[in-house]
Amino acid sequence: MTSTFNVVTSQEYKYGFVTDIEADSVAPGLNEDVIRFISTKKGEPDWLLEFRLKAYRHWLTMTEPDWANVVYPKPDFQKIVYYSAPKPKKPQYASMDEVDPELRRTFEKLGVPIHEQEALAGVAVDVVFDSVSVTTTYREKLATVGIIFCSFSEAVKSHPELVRKYLGSVVPSSDNFYAALNSAVFTDGSFVFIPKGVACPMDLSTYFRINNKESGQFERTLIVAEEGASVSYLEGCTAPQFDTNQLHAAVVELVALDHASIKYSTVQNWYAGDKDGKGGIFNFVTKRGLCKGKGSHISWTQVETGSAITWKYPSCVLLGDDSIGEFYSVALTNHKQQADTGTKMVHIGKNTKSTIISKGISAGDSSNSYRGLVKVQPKAEGARNFSQCDSMLIGQSCSASTFPYIEVQNRSARVEHEATTSKIGEEQLLYFQQRGIPAEEAISMIINGFCKDVFRELPMEFAVEATKLLSLKLEGSVG
Amino acid sequence: MLSIKNLTASINGTPVLKGIDLELKAGEIHAIMGPNGSGKSTLGKVLVGHPAYEVTGGEVLYEGRNLFELEPDARARAGIFMGFQHPIEVPGVSNAAFLRLAYNKKAEAEGRDELDPLEFDDFIHEKIKLVAMKEEFLDRSLNEGFSGGEKKRNEILQMAVLEPKLAILDELDSGLDIDALRVLGDAVNKLQRPDRALLIITHFPRILEIIEPQFVHVLSGGRILKSAGKELAIELEERGYDWVLEEAAAGSQR
Ligand SMILES: Nc1ncnc2c1ncn2[C@@H]1O[C@H](COP(=O)(O)OP(=O)(O)OP(=O)(O)O)[C@@H](O)[C@H]1O
Ligand SMILES: [Mg+2]
Repeated sequence: MTSTFNVVTSQEYKYGFVTDIEADSVAPGLNEDVIRFISTKKGEPDWLLEFRLKAYRHWLTMTEPDWANVVYPKPDFQKIVYYSAPKPKKPQYASMDEVDPELRRTFEKLGVPIHEQEALAGVAVDVVFDSVSVTTTYREKLATVGIIFCSFSEAVKSHPELVRKYLGSVVPSSDNFYAALNSAVFTDGSFVFIPKGVACPMDLSTYFRINNKESGQFERTLIVAEEGASVSYLEGCTAPQFDTNQLHAAVVELVALDHASIKYSTVQNWYAGDKDGKGGIFNFVTKRGLCKGKGSHISWTQVETGSAITWKYPSCVLLGDDSIGEFYSVALTNHKQQADTGTKMVHIGKNTKSTIISKGISAGDSSNSYRGLVKVQPKAEGARNFSQCDSMLIGQSCSASTFPYIEVQNRSARVEHEATTSKIGEEQLLYFQQRGIPAEEAISMIINGFCKDVFRELPMEFAVEATKLLSLKLEGSVG
Repeated sequence: MLSIKNLTASINGTPVLKGIDLELKAGEIHAIMGPNGSGKSTLGKVLVGHPAYEVTGGEVLYEGRNLFELEPDARARAGIFMGFQHPIEVPGVSNAAFLRLAYNKKAEAEGRDELDPLEFDDFIHEKIKLVAMKEEFLDRSLNEGFSGGEKKRNEILQMAVLEPKLAILDELDSGLDIDALRVLGDAVNKLQRPDRALLIITHFPRILEIIEPQFVHVLSGGRILKSAGKELAIELEERGYDWVLEEAAAGSQR
């Protein structure tokens, strides 16, 4: 009998269709004129154009990072389209019914509820298509309690003082190569503001979709929770299947003031390329939360299953005393996918706590790395961290690596790190099969067991989706 | 029920089974004994379809069908069960969920109704009584952190849930305390029916005093060297294996 671990085909990516829609785009390439074009197109104030240009000029002095454990052809930044918007019949959609039916159908196909009537109970959705935010649901209802949930562009127009105050306050435009690029050319994204003392009554959600073949997607998300406020935010993403690579370089900034809490969950299913590694999204994202206030709490939960290359480290800066940062991650790679993902927990305030639970699953010829930094600064008296990084290998030709960096500058700190590597081996699989359970279902059950500590952090619908997604992604991993 | 003819198998190119012949009829209980490393577990694993073992010759018919045409999971659903010598641990997968999925897969294959979690709850409560297992084990991760004896108990619980036609129990007795051996031995006896067969792999006659076989086989060096009745187990306990080997060597020279 031959080995069970012959990788055959993978389940086809079901979001790989392209929407035939007229787009309003600039020619490929990047220079100051393109940036001015974007800014003008969006009717931005001068300070924002300045913010962009400053970022761009800084970006020109930077080089692409190469420390990540990933190998890929460097994107040609002059071949990327930096602005692509579905051409609206009218400049602004007054209601959902005015959205291009073709576009609406796209989101129906994706299962994204943008029609308020059909919306999932209790989830407000902002939808970003290529560069532009298409619609935000439940906005009025949220406004009655003072919550602002709208596209980034709208926030710039209607709440410029808030945007100006917080934009770049967590991820400065000079932070890293891709953050600088994003700061220069970002086109849209979501803006959330939860005022003092308000617990957001529903989950907020953004759905990102790259449709244009040459376009990069550079969205910007900013979430601010004032004193005592709380919010749970969900992010989902897909892209069509092209045999070229698309660049996705987003920046997400979270700010939590005293006793505020932000929970940010992602299920990332960008197109991963085919099984030979052709095409797919380059996902180079900077996500960072600032626990600015005392007793504030930021929690990242991510399920990363897509993209050809993933380079992503949702982080927490624990500035306020007694603040808490959490990172729960499942990263799955199959075929030729490469992921280098993890987190940074920077303890600055006293008695700050962080928890890192990372589950890496690699199958096929993929490579999956966890990279995490736990830094305890001198004043972080009583800081605590617990990290658990587990890797699971399926088959013989994939790899998993763990790179934990620990820098402790306060002697009262306690930092614990645990790591395991396991294999869904023949023995485990045979055990399930011997009880009558087919291999595919066995793998799915074993993987879900492995990811349990992360999945239970996800909102219910997302947990169900994540479970299905992992099974789908691994279909065919055993022959 | 099971007919093994001149079966040979190897692992990583090394022959381990070198021509096994064995007939198991419905209602029968057979025991296999033999020195360490003689191929007893290998025989079981080959029968259930462990992918690391390569069948190099011979044939096995199960209920008249070529066993090797069936995938391991299909063999299980067709009624073959193996209680492993070293059951594997699976973190995060609840024992109850695993048992229910296994039960439902078999039920589905046999065209019986599947059980929902509530129905299964009632069903499993009867079964855990049979093996005197504490309820808390149902909520724990499958075999994770179970003691050696608890794992064996869990194997027999699975057997009770699946009610196999042919059960291969590989060293059920090793790691069990005296009382546990009695309880699980009795449970296996209760599950035995005229249309079912048992293959007990063991080193010790004690288990065979509870689960009484009609046949005892000595497996050594990948071959069955001797087959006799139950009394052979006692004789082996007293005299060891050397005389069987010598007898067999003399026999083959003749
Ligand atoms: N994966 C493997 N790689 C190499 N050799 C193996 C492997 N598995 C089993 N063997 C060898 O096959 C032979 C038979 O092993 P098997 O486990 O069937 O013995 P056994 O009769 O069950 O022994 P015990 O009484 O100790 O359980 C042994 O020599 C063993 O070392
Ligand atoms: Mg053995």
